[in-house]
Amino acid sequence: MSLEQSSATTAKARVPYVGQRVLRVENPPLLKGRGQFIDDLPVKTGTLHAAFLRSPHAHAEIVSIDTSAARARPGVRAVVTGQDIAALTDPLIVGFATAMEYRGIAVDRVRYVGEPVAVVCASDRYLAEDALDDIRVEYRPLPAIVDPVAAAGPNAPVLHPGVGSNVLSYREFRHGDTAKAFAEAKRQHEITISYPRNSITPMEGYAVIAEHLATGGYDVYSNFQGPFSLHPVMARALRVPGSQLRHRSPANSGGSFGSKLALFPYIVVLCIAARIAGRPVKWIEDRLEHLAAASSAPNRVTRIAAAYDDAGVVGALRLTHWDDHGAYLRAPMPAPIYRMHGLSTNAYGIKNVDVFTHILVTNKCPTGAVRGFGGPQLYFAVERMMHAIAVELGLDPLEIIHRNLIPEGSFPYRTPAGALIDSGDYQRVIAETVREGKLDELKATRERARREGRLYGIGYAVAVEPSQSNMGYISMLKTGIERERAGQKDGAVACATINIDPLGAISVVGDSVPQGQGHQTALAQIVADQLGVRIEDVVVNLETDTQKDGWSIAAGNYSCRFAPAAASAVHIAAVRLREKLARIAASSLNVPADRVDFGGGKVFARDNPANAQSLHRVAGQAHWSPAGLPDGMAPGLRESVTWSAPELTATTANDEINTSLAYGFGFDFCGVEIDRETGEIRIDKYVTSHDCGTILNPGLADGQIHGSFAAAIGASLYEEFAYADDGSFLSGTFADYLVATAPEMPKLNVLHPVQSPSPFTRLGAKGIAEGNQYSTPVCLANAVADALGRSDITIPLKPARVLEWITPDEPAAARATARSETQTAQGAASMLNGKGSVVVPASPEEVWAGLLDETRLKAALPGCRELKRVGENAFKAVVFLGVGPVRGQFAADVFLCDLDEPRSAVLKGNLSGALGATSGTGHLSLTPVKEGCRLDYNYDVHVSGRVAMIAGRMLDGAARHLIGAFFRDFARTLARTLPQQAPGFSWSDRLRRLIGMKR
Amino acid sequence: MKPPPFDYARCDSMDEALSLLAEHGEEARVIAGGQSLMAMLNMRLLRPSVLVDIAELDELNYINDSSGWVEIGATTTQAVLESWPGLNSRLPLVAAAIPHIGHFQTRNRGTICGSLCHADPSSELPLCLAALGGEVVLRSRRRKRVLNAKEFQVGMLTTAKQDDEIMVAARYPAAQRGFGYAFRELSRRHGDFAIVALAGVAGGGKIRLGVGGLAEAPMVREWDDHLKDEDLADALNDFAWELRGSDDIHATARYRREMVRRLGKKVIDEARRCAS
Repeated sequence: MSLEQSSATTAKARVPYVGQRVLRVENPPLLKGRGQFIDDLPVKTGTLHAAFLRSPHAHAEIVSIDTSAARARPGVRAVVTGQDIAALTDPLIVGFATAMEYRGIAVDRVRYVGEPVAVVCASDRYLAEDALDDIRVEYRPLPAIVDPVAAAGPNAPVLHPGVGSNVLSYREFRHGDTAKAFAEAKRQHEITISYPRNSITPMEGYAVIAEHLATGGYDVYSNFQGPFSLHPVMARALRVPGSQLRHRSPANSGGSFGSKLALFPYIVVLCIAARIAGRPVKWIEDRLEHLAAASSAPNRVTRIAAAYDDAGVVGALRLTHWDDHGAYLRAPMPAPIYRMHGLSTNAYGIKNVDVFTHILVTNKCPTGAVRGFGGPQLYFAVERMMHAIAVELGLDPLEIIHRNLIPEGSFPYRTPAGALIDSGDYQRVIAETVREGKLDELKATRERARREGRLYGIGYAVAVEPSQSNMGYISMLKTGIERERAGQKDGAVACATINIDPLGAISVVGDSVPQGQGHQTALAQIVADQLGVRIEDVVVNLETDTQKDGWSIAAGNYSCRFAPAAASAVHIAAVRLREKLARIAASSLNVPADRVDFGGGKVFARDNPANAQSLHRVAGQAHWSPAGLPDGMAPGLRESVTWSAPELTATTANDEINTSLAYGFGFDFCGVEIDRETGEIRIDKYVTSHDCGTILNPGLADGQIHGSFAAAIGASLYEEFAYADDGSFLSGTFADYLVATAPEMPKLNVLHPVQSPSPFTRLGAKGIAEGNQYSTPVCLANAVADALGRSDITIPLKPARVLEWITPDEPAAARATARSETQTAQGAASMLNGKGSVVVPASPEEVWAGLLDETRLKAALPGCRELKRVGENAFKAVVFLGVGPVRGQFAADVFLCDLDEPRSAVLKGNLSGALGATSGTGHLSLTPVKEGCRLDYNYDVHVSGRVAMIAGRMLDGAARHLIGAFFRDFARTLARTLPQQAPGFSWSDRLRRLIGMKR
Repeated sequence: MKPPPFDYARCDSMDEALSLLAEHGEEARVIAGGQSLMAMLNMRLLRPSVLVDIAELDELNYINDSSGWVEIGATTTQAVLESWPGLNSRLPLVAAAIPHIGHFQTRNRGTICGSLCHADPSSELPLCLAALGGEVVLRSRRRKRVLNAKEFQVGMLTTAKQDDEIMVAARYPAAQRGFGYAFRELSRRHGDFAIVALAGVAGGGKIRLGVGGLAEAPMVREWDDHLKDEDLADALNDFAWELRGSDDIHATARYRREMVRRLGKKVIDEARRCAS
């Protein structure tokens, strides 16, 4: 079925567009390369291009920044630092009072690798990036913390001294009587899960064009996605009324998956940069910037306990979350955890639940929205627990799911934490999916595989899929009393306008800010149905302009808002226009308005379709002859709707909240096989089914399901923002942050066995874009748990990790010689350590003297270009270092301590340069041997910044190589400066050969 | 992700290219396909002052099938070699390895010799050169010389090529009668850098295993073919420990060693089967 079907022009009602697989109206320009993305838009003459200098350190004080050399470079108009921004802005506020300050750029301290430190505005991006190298920043590194539970502990380094703790917010929520349920329960079980950091990376990154106007206001073009509750946050930070911050979004945005929420701090920084530079400033984020510093979903540790009976019926859950938001909390964070609060019991009729939430900071990139928005983390814990209970009781996990589901016929159902689940029939969805998806065959496959000794498992997961967030849930950060004082928050306002011009042409604008989802198509379907026209007669423009368009704080594209909210608002506007047109036409058709119908571009009498007028004629009347309109009717044909669902009520005094308006349901099962030899996982079969109420367009819905599944495969098997324990960032390119691509996709069986329309949305539609984010990671984890008979499952399921679960011990080397290399090294990613030794044909005293001698040290340091003594046993140097062709200049601070002449010393140093920063400690010991002196060394080196981000797999080898070269060169240099040996004294020759001076 | 400034010379002749290299020394980089170089430039890992582009030197674009060798010119792309009709019969090991090199888009531009010069420790083509005992031909204004794989492959991103030299050709030994070849690679996704890559050769009473992804350069061991299974297992275990491997975010050093032990035997067995 496609567009042709709509060309019928008879004045008859035809099959509605809504519900049909209509092709996307968005496709032609995109497929022809005629999309309008920010980088395609023309800019004003003189527009500058911005490049950011970013921190190589996870945690450090900024001692000084010298921008003079950068400012003097050709083409550079301004170099703006955090101090400059701080002078002209207020901090970006969050949903509760906190001493944490965040301005989108570091002011006196950096707190994550990739944090902006300065902005260069130059005549092109190349010159701007060239100038970054000339900004001199002196850092004083601080200890970093990356583990969320440790960060909440007493001995962790504190990121924000003003707060005094890394836990920015801790709240305890008690719904029902959980303590009693646990006290009386026959059985209890507790597990701890750890959900990793990940995102979904769009093809197009962040893009901003910012201008400071002569009026004092700001004009911004960006691909910001909303929610527009951030607009007041930006305006306040910029110290202007909202009306003076004009924000426009273009027609096209190249994907977001939530990530483009977090570009708002850049808007503020670039507005100020444009103000200081006196010119418009354009910034197009590159991939390195995006991966290191755009945004991430919060990683989370959850300790979950369940109280249940012998039948596996769960009486209560207790969840303690450590929700890790990286270096700063930025609005609307920590929204994901509260968006899911009402669904803490997922699809189950569990009556009692306690939820304890730590909202905390660590030395990682700050968080933002990512498709799934708190659901993957929560359901990973709940669904792993249901699986674990089944294992404990020796029952099938699906049986445990069944025994706990919300009973059929009990909708709308109020969960203990406050969600009002609007509609559904979970039992039927599961029964039909099991049948259509042929679960019995999959079980037979598992039996067969196991008989053959293969590792095969089946996993299940259910997920309630919320859509359209209640703006009230963010106030969960506050206590009931604080909320009362601050004023309640509730609802979620959607805006849309439909205009019909004097020729009957229809145009629609809305606040849904799409990034490729097909909103224009779905809205055109809705409007075309109401007004009886062809879909191509409806033009939908979803660009936004905060100075001209209708919008409110909930505007934007997030939390599956489109189908319940944006579509409802447009539907209401279309119905109103239809009613108005019917009233206008009623008099000339000579029938009552409620007997007027629409179809084929005509307005006609329902009982006599031949009695018809063309739509454009009726529309023209509203424009050309206002006096001829029915009494009291306003002229023109323009309907603007501002709508908020009454079911989105405020948080109660006991913290119950209906977190979303509509709730879909998903059920997945899968079969996986694990390769015993390699730990690789093969997804043998995957079945997913969704009840998302009325389906507006099955093509768009299935596109969302396949897209969400692909992203979830990434999260389950590949994607992770990896940080070393010292806060170094290790997945800065797509060679290390691994996105699932087409070859990695297993076949997906999609089912829609049931449609339970929402009674609360205008079309009965619910969101569908996030479902597999919730269900797939834990469904696969449950299957792996089933295959291995193991309870502790962590994603992503890397083969190396899985193989260690299968085979915990490694065989030792058969021959001792194989292990007794002179130099061994072990690297935990960016933290490298190793040891080695060289023999120097000199006495320990001579070697010792060399270590402390400026000239000899300079000669011995590989690539040393300058070296000067700056204190007792302390040196400053400039060294040129690298591996192969990858070389760069570093400023080095080196000093020797714990001196035990001439036996041992400790060498400490820091290096920093454009390629990154390292700090390290080396222990040296000198032992006299027959041939001279043996120098033993061992080292611990931390590497951070660019090289660690993009070349992690080579770091260990590179460190080993460089440090080995350092000591070999040192030995050579000393040997070269030794006094001539007496004739016949041959050991030094032999040694020189040994250490490579002679071949 | 914009490169630092550099001069760019698209050479019309070998003499021009060699003169530029002689003039600029370590400040110059040769570019042919640019599949590693351009990314490194954009990430500012390299800062050459001159790029010497040899891609249009037709004299370097060839595959020469002589008696014992297949010689591949410096500008021959991986895609051209992949579709060369003689590949399966003459270079079965390379034929098995090529699909693992990045993606077909990168192979359309990436060259054989470029990959050898780049010397990524996980790369497939350097591993094949090492396992087969191939050679490279280096030319400068001063001289022309031929190095075998062992002499050429010095370390991580490091070769014995001098700054004023161009690798004009690589020579892969052609398949011998009675010999078998096998290749296996493990990576997180298809086309990713190898966690471990293994190349096996069996024939003439010997078995040989080349391993990439563990040490700083591909490493090769050879054993007598009549080694007992348990002795081969011990030998592979020792080899794995010697290679050591490193931890990174994709795999542990231990996993890499484990794959040498487990898959090494499989690759050798497969090579043996092909030999018979």
